[in-house]
Amino acid sequence: MTFILFFEQLLNGIQFGTMLFLMSAGLTLIFGVMGLINLAHGSFYMIGAFSAALIAALTDSFWLALLASLAGAAIAGVLIEIIIIRRLYRRDHLDQVLATFALILLLSEGVRWCFGAFPLYLNIPNILNGTVPIFDNIIYSKYRLFIIFMGFLIALGLYFLITKTSLGIRIRAGQNDRQMISALGVDISKLYTIVFAIGASLAGLAGAMIGAIQSVEVGMGEPILILAFVVIVIGGIGSIKGALVGSILVGVTDTIGRIFLPELLKVFMEPSNATSVGSSIGSMLIYILMALILIIKPSGLFGKSKHDY
Amino acid sequence: MIKFTTTLGTLLLMAASSTFADGHKVKVGMITTLSGGGSGLGIDVRDGFMLAVKGNKNISVITKDDQRKPDIAVQLADKMIQSDKVDVLTGIIWSNLAMAVVPATVNQGKFYLSPNAGPSKLAGKGCHKNYFNVAWQNDNLHEAAGGYANSVGFKNSFILAPNYPAGKDALTGYKRFFKGKLAGEIYTKLGQKDYAAEIAQIRASGADSIFFFLPGGMGIGFMKQFSQSGIKLPVVGPAFSFDQGILKAVGDAALGVKNTSQWSKDIDNAANKEFVTNFKSEYGRLPSLYASQGYDTGKLLISAMSKAKIQDMDKFRDALRSADFSSTRGKFSFDTNHHPIQDIYVREVIKEGKTLTNKIVSVGLKDHSNAYVSDCKM
Repeated sequence: MTFILFFEQLLNGIQFGTMLFLMSAGLTLIFGVMGLINLAHGSFYMIGAFSAALIAALTDSFWLALLASLAGAAIAGVLIEIIIIRRLYRRDHLDQVLATFALILLLSEGVRWCFGAFPLYLNIPNILNGTVPIFDNIIYSKYRLFIIFMGFLIALGLYFLITKTSLGIRIRAGQNDRQMISALGVDISKLYTIVFAIGASLAGLAGAMIGAIQSVEVGMGEPILILAFVVIVIGGIGSIKGALVGSILVGVTDTIGRIFLPELLKVFMEPSNATSVGSSIGSMLIYILMALILIIKPSGLFGKSKHDY
Repeated sequence: MIKFTTTLGTLLLMAASSTFADGHKVKVGMITTLSGGGSGLGIDVRDGFMLAVKGNKNISVITKDDQRKPDIAVQLADKMIQSDKVDVLTGIIWSNLAMAVVPATVNQGKFYLSPNAGPSKLAGKGCHKNYFNVAWQNDNLHEAAGGYANSVGFKNSFILAPNYPAGKDALTGYKRFFKGKLAGEIYTKLGQKDYAAEIAQIRASGADSIFFFLPGGMGIGFMKQFSQSGIKLPVVGPAFSFDQGILKAVGDAALGVKNTSQWSKDIDNAANKEFVTNFKSEYGRLPSLYASQGYDTGKLLISAMSKAKIQDMDKFRDALRSADFSSTRGKFSFDTNHHPIQDIYVREVIKEGKTLTNKIVSVGLKDHSNAYVSDCKM
């Protein structure tokens, strides 16, 4: 096991983590501000990818496709918030889970109606194709570096948005005391729509960026949604910082675990058994991590405990 | 006018066949994946099957979506057997679902005709007289890939497949025929889309070739990421990652890849030509190997129905076993464990105009059966 390989896998883990961050930032923001459990967040990931594939097929431009993913998911987010989600804020979490689960089914079948059941084509631009030497003899995929870069850029942007802008102040106020800020004259329903649209568009962007190297198909959002929930539980629900740390932690654990665990087991097991046992345990690793963190910090790494409210 | 006469003709045919109908009717329950990831495979199998039985008044089909979940497939099978009283079940794509449904179905005295999944358990110790596989035993295409790897002189392969029954069968099948060494062997998560970590392992392994079995959307992700990784190694795999349904999504990254299949749209026989033409005009797209398997399953059922009543199970089973239908694959027969003996081809991904598709380059394995025949005591 060489250092080069380990370093490359570490980068892979970070890249996976930054993608998870785009998903979980929106999820945690929506939960923190509106108290809404949004199972349909994965559907925005899918909508983003399909919008991008559609625009890429029409215009042949990857960059326009990325913009389209942001816009498509944001528009879908605003519409869904106004028509459905708005009625759920005062309901309990079970109602929210049921309603947003129904949304997953509706949106998946809706997209299948429009685009068919076969995966769509979306590819990366030539400029990002291939690899780039980082230092010495470590080479790494340009596109994956681009994803890492975009992820951190957006993390930085969110940080400024939350801490330095008046919208950010309102979002933080909404997180702390909903009644008070509406009493102070902030249009709370507009604020909710904006937050929901931001969350949706981040998910959509993630869908388009990942769709370009994986596959754009119906139901692509659900597996990553489960991981995003793991991330926000680890990071502490409502905390953007927690989402960032949690995503990187989950991304790196998953990648390193599923590769090095089978190698480790080969030391004292027969190779083909080691591969199958190792990869089974490897896929459980992030849930074990979550359980351990929750034992030590029940409200997650950066979560507030109930007493803080 | 032509249309009118053909309609009239069909009506007359229907009337004619319905006079014989009593006792010849067969109710088919089709459980397949029609929603979510992997639905392209189920839709192709369904469409192929429906095309084969189209206009046949004696066959009624109930189709239900298993959502690729074993528990749902089991519930659907119970309901179809107990309340819908179907005679024959078919349709399942995934081996883990087949393992959950098939044993209970055949033990309740129903026939199961598999249009896709062929797990090794059901071919060997777990075989059953009422279970027929019309597609292949899971190992088959991978065995042909192993044989192909020998013939072009690969010495050190890196192999990977998802961690589920068909994935294990795949790597076993490849290893059974491949004579070289293994540079590495990885089981990935079923449904995994990102292969950055695996590709890094391949780069570091010093392999001279790659064999992979990643059906559906999994293969799209792998091929795209592999072609961007800058690794220039030959790739060989079964047809599942290069079938008509997903080639468009993989794009030019697939060009030139050799893959093994029991079917290809350029197999030269009358049944296949008719199938390809009719499928295209009925559904407006090119058929995939899954569609051909669904179609052959339908044709096999019709051939058995013309020989025996389904109520006479022994005679009907003999009729199925004789496989007296013209398969899209040409020569086709069942071995004693009810799995096909057939040619497996090596195909290459090419471009026909702007469409990516496959053409046959050679016959990989001739009259190939499977390794589990002797384990099967019926």
